[in-house]
Amino acid sequence: MTTTQTADAPLARLVDAVRAAAADHERLELRGGGTKAFYGETPRGRPLDTGPLAGIVSHEPSELVVTVRAGTPLAELEAALAERGQYLPFEPPRFAPGGTVGGMVASGLSGPARAASGSVRDHLLGATILDGRAGIQRFGGRVIKNVAGFDVARLFAGSWGTLGVLLEVSLKVLGSPVASETCLLDVDEERARALLAGWRARPWPLTASAWHADRLSLRFAGARAAVDAAVAAVAACGGRRLEPDAALRWWTSLRDQTLPFFRLDAAALAAGEALWRLSVPPTAALAEQGGVRLFEWGGALLWRRGPAEAATIRAAAAAAGGHATLVRAADKRCGAQAPLLPAIAAIHRRLKQAFDPHGIFDPGRLHPGG
Amino acid sequence: MRPPADRARSERQRRLADLEAALAGVLPAGALLLADEALVPYECDGLTAYRQRPLAVAIPEDEAQVGELLRICHRLGVPIVPRGAGTGLSGGALPHPQGLSLSLAKLDRILSIDAAAGTATVEAGVRNLAVSEAAAAHGFFYAPDPSSQIACTLGGNVAENSGGVHCLKYGLTLHNVLRVRGFTASGEPVEFGGLGLDAAGLDLLALVVGSEGMLAVITEVTVKLVPLPPLARCVIASFTDVATAGGAVAAIVAAGLVPAGLELMDRRMTAAAEAFVHAGYDLQAAAILLCECDGLPPEVDEQIERVRAVLAARGATRIEVSRDEAERLRFWSGRKNAFPAAGGISPDYLCMDSTIPRRCLAEMLVLIEAMERKFALECVNVFHAGDGNLHPLILFDAADPEQLRRAEAFGAEILETSVRLGGTISGEHGIGVEKLNSMCVQFSAAERAQFALVKEAFDPQQRLNPGKVIPTLARCAEYGRLHVHRGQLPHADLPRF
Ligand SMILES: Cc1cc2nc3c(=O)[nH]c(=O)nc-3n(C[C@H](O)[C@H](O)[C@H](O)COP(=O)(O)OP(=O)(O)OC[C@H]3O[C@@H](n4cnc5c(N)ncnc54)[C@H](O)[C@@H]3O)c2cc1C
Repeated sequence: MTTTQTADAPLARLVDAVRAAAADHERLELRGGGTKAFYGETPRGRPLDTGPLAGIVSHEPSELVVTVRAGTPLAELEAALAERGQYLPFEPPRFAPGGTVGGMVASGLSGPARAASGSVRDHLLGATILDGRAGIQRFGGRVIKNVAGFDVARLFAGSWGTLGVLLEVSLKVLGSPVASETCLLDVDEERARALLAGWRARPWPLTASAWHADRLSLRFAGARAAVDAAVAAVAACGGRRLEPDAALRWWTSLRDQTLPFFRLDAAALAAGEALWRLSVPPTAALAEQGGVRLFEWGGALLWRRGPAEAATIRAAAAAAGGHATLVRAADKRCGAQAPLLPAIAAIHRRLKQAFDPHGIFDPGRLHPGG
Repeated sequence: MRPPADRARSERQRRLADLEAALAGVLPAGALLLADEALVPYECDGLTAYRQRPLAVAIPEDEAQVGELLRICHRLGVPIVPRGAGTGLSGGALPHPQGLSLSLAKLDRILSIDAAAGTATVEAGVRNLAVSEAAAAHGFFYAPDPSSQIACTLGGNVAENSGGVHCLKYGLTLHNVLRVRGFTASGEPVEFGGLGLDAAGLDLLALVVGSEGMLAVITEVTVKLVPLPPLARCVIASFTDVATAGGAVAAIVAAGLVPAGLELMDRRMTAAAEAFVHAGYDLQAAAILLCECDGLPPEVDEQIERVRAVLAARGATRIEVSRDEAERLRFWSGRKNAFPAAGGISPDYLCMDSTIPRRCLAEMLVLIEAMERKFALECVNVFHAGDGNLHPLILFDAADPEQLRRAEAFGAEILETSVRLGGTISGEHGIGVEKLNSMCVQFSAAERAQFALVKEAFDPQQRLNPGKVIPTLARCAEYGRLHVHRGQLPHADLPRF
């Protein structure tokens, strides 16, 4: 077994670990902070901790680009950006303290701002990766526009550690908005969807929307004048302002899913309750209307809590042109992610083979059986 | 023994006959072009220096015909080159000598505009501008706006991940596409993305966007629509040297402003554009900046004041703000016609398309000036400055092969300099055949091998647009012998496989 010669010890450790696993056909669980281990299929394999590969490599505030090593704590990155008046526009969910930037990208999850500002994938400009042959490659770059070669960096967003180890990523960031206001309206789900649909063509700086328990919340952020205009228009429809502190707490509880709605304790799980995530068109008339519900993203992301028949939920989401993920449940044997059509599954298998020919990166993390 | 040319001709005849027989009954009359004179318009795309006659051209009229045709060609082993409007600038739609050029131009129906969801679903052959025109009645537009938008198709836009002036604020094609439907090379129907904001499994949509017709044939696209801003105003600022103008661009973005467009033209480009459209540009300026602000009226006023302040602080010698819509359009008319205008001042030009970090704009402009002397050719500059995306236009006369050679060397040096400054060889026009050599500069052999494996994952038999984007090892070895410029590898101290 060769040992990698580099002054960069954390990197050398990862390269050696992957090389050894490839030689032994040993399965690895790539692990940042472990804050998303509950999501998707249960991680399996020997944990390979990316934490030591940490640090902000460069941050040019005037370029709106930051380059970070994958093990960097997400909290550290967010604090460094905040110091320069910038932030991650896709509001990545943190679920618990300790998450890393690599985990944020590999999970591909975005928060309340996603419908307006785009996803983590949209903001990923480039990535350096370690593939299943222990080879280091770099795709994309540090500039906004880049169409040289296939967009492999973005393929890694949401790949859940099944293709390779993210070593370093470059992200597009934005300056924090000057003004932000949240408005509330007391309406049922149907009315909330209708209002949002009616407002879709309004040039408002709507950066987040959510409905739960007969309350629609809307966040407007951007230039002062635009925010004020939107707030006034919503007030005319019966909307009321939420105090800034309360607003911040509310959106954070959605973003990090600390809201009790998202937290299924052991008793709830044992009683057969489950948390489903339906990604659907915002106007979908879903065939399934059960459970306790919460929607975000203008209606394009529906969370459904309660006992449910997987087949019914999946069929309803698919019929609307979307898909359903089983996020929390005592029993995920139906598969956490929606199954893929055969042609798409075949492409997945060959891509997996391309990046990870020895099948060492937790092949069952996306779909059972890989 | 027959001479080889004869043998090749009869081989071609045989393949043609097979194809014609197999496709009879699949395509409507007149949808399969075989005659030499009918093939001529399809010999090239917007990169006219490269030409190749295809075996044949097919122009199906609907998705079912496309699928059937692909399955037949797959069985016969005929390579397929998808084609939209043929406005591509890197030879992505350059025909394959033994291949079928598959035009999607007749799949030109707008299938639905969903105002409540803010989306449009259109066939791949629909022109970019037609989407915005159809959406306008509902209060929306489709934001990515390549200058070629009256002609280029949505399928081509997706395949190239095209950009435009509005992309600084509203994102590239990638950020505005929800779902793509189409076929694999073997004719299997596939969908990437979905009508929600994500899809199950790996993000294959991210690969298909920008795949230059090599991973799938696109037949239908669902895009996000953006509310039409009630007001847009454009600021024009003059500068006495290009470097200062470049600095002003970086300063605007650094100030946290996100204009709806931020474009730069140097003096010669401005003069050419002025001669072409009479926009009223300042011909004394070494460079002019066009900066658009859009939104609600008070928001636009607020932004314009901030932009004006930054420009003044950064050395603008003259600042004009459009007073009405007619004036705004006039300000933009020269920029929008920059490419045809360049055609007016030179028999030929090479349009480069690299991206660099914005802070390097000024440095790059100085380097390009030095290259003009080195290669004894003129270069005019028009940039999507806010994105750091450069379009230096190298002027030359193709009738003189020596000039073409120098122009290509000039272009290659711009691309290599861009990589060295931390940028990329293509911001929006793609690699096609034009930038195959420069791929050897930007990517290691292992990275190029990975691209080839991605291609195989979608198209194991290499039937879709073969030979584009990914240079062969031999080609890079040959190019490397001529140019040893490979920039610093990431982690160069590590073994590479
Ligand atoms: C004057 C001028 C101005 C331009 N300005 C811009 C600009 O501002 N920004 C910009 O980004 N580009 C610009 N371009 C380049 C070009 O217009 C874009 O790349 C455009 O998206 C190409 O669209 P098309 O329909 O002409 O595609 P084509 O040129 O026909 O094809 C381009 C590539 O896409 C593939 N392709 C086409 N259709 C499909 C399909 N349905 N399925 C699969 N693959 C397909 C082809 O194989 C080829 O690789 C400009 C070009 C010109 C001539």
